[in-house]
Amino acid sequence: MERMALTRSALRLFSGRFTQACQVRGYADAPSMSLTFAAPSQVLYNNISVKQIDVPSFSGSFGILPAHVPTLAVLKPGVVTVFENDGSTKKFFVSSGTVTINEDSTVQLLAEEAVPVDTLDISAAKELLAQSQSQLASASSEVAKAEAEISIEVSEALVKACE
Amino acid sequence: SQQVRGMATLKMISIRLKSVKNIQKITQSMKMVSAAKYTKAERELKLARPYGIGAQEFYKKAEVKGEEGEKGQLIIAVSSDRGLCGAVHSSIGRIVKTDIAANPNTKVVIVGDKVRNILQRLYAKNIAMVVTEVGRKPAVFGDAALVAQSIINSGIEFSKGKILFNAFRTVVSFRTTEMPLYSQNAVANASKLPVYDSLDSDVIQSYTEFSLASLLFYSMKENATSEQSSRMTAMDNASKNAGEMIDKLTMTFNRTRQAVITRELIEIISGAAALETKN
Repeated sequence: MERMALTRSALRLFSGRFTQACQVRGYADAPSMSLTFAAPSQVLYNNISVKQIDVPSFSGSFGILPAHVPTLAVLKPGVVTVFENDGSTKKFFVSSGTVTINEDSTVQLLAEEAVPVDTLDISAAKELLAQSQSQLASASSEVAKAEAEISIEVSEALVKACE
Repeated sequence: SQQVRGMATLKMISIRLKSVKNIQKITQSMKMVSAAKYTKAERELKLARPYGIGAQEFYKKAEVKGEEGEKGQLIIAVSSDRGLCGAVHSSIGRIVKTDIAANPNTKVVIVGDKVRNILQRLYAKNIAMVVTEVGRKPAVFGDAALVAQSIINSGIEFSKGKILFNAFRTVVSFRTTEMPLYSQNAVANASKLPVYDSLDSDVIQSYTEFSLASLLFYSMKENATSEQSSRMTAMDNASKNAGEMIDKLTMTFNRTRQAVITRELIEIISGAAALETKN
């Protein structure tokens, strides 16, 4: 009888500690990723915790999840998709920039220009594409050709983002 | 002859008074203009701050260190073309001077005429490049990109570098700060760089070039805000001083005017008295 009471109280003590230990591990298991997504003239996310970010880069488009391996990448014109913690998704078109993923799971997405995709006008994008193509055709110097090619790349990505 | 002198002094005082009143009008309007520009600059700075701070994060997290190499030091001094803004330009000039005195192997890229004027006399051969037409309109990223591109195109090599600018604190205070600049070599030798995956020299080069433009843009925004707030304070003080001078001059003017009138009266009365006694 005594032994049972002892074991029962010991179990209660043990179980309490056990659930506490579980809780602590629980927090450690939910990793967080802090995103700072900004352009020179606007802030889109400032140290906000998000679930996932898809970025278009010159070394390929990739998705960033918490505890992603640290890396640097250069952004290509394209769409950045941010999956927020409450389940919503936001898409932004970026022109260029860099993305840094650090060891402590902080991500800095610095875009030269970033706009929400739903503010894009597909007819204006197609017009820009036609303009850049004619620019390339009439380009004379190497620099002008390169600038026209960049313009084409951006407008093609713009049109793709609108569709 | 004393009467003549009185009149002449009166004229002189009234000329002086008019000119000080004009000065007060000018400084007051300059203060209004600066206040408007300051509000805009501060708004844009608030939006640019996360960008600027984000651009410095990698160098902190990767623990990149400046090297002590023979390629020397690069200082980018951010100021503007316009004066009458308190200690904004002189504080930058002072720090550049002490820095060059400490490390003679230093190249300076100057953004804005004012610091160029400060450094021209003694350190002309340290000046690598000067950027003018700065400060009239608010800076945009394109401006910073242009400066960064010129620096890259000029082929300036450095082992360690910094951007000197005035960080904005409050309307009445700013702090002259420096932001470190790292060469591609320094990044490649960073202690935590191996942690970063799949980096080749192309990525590092693009990254350092883009962050040069980003950091420059951020420092230009901070400096512009500090400059406008400093000018606002300076012009406000100037208006107050002009106001004090006007009060003092008005007092002197009235006193002199009354003295002249009194003298005239005395002369008239003593002349009349002399005629009466003669009769």
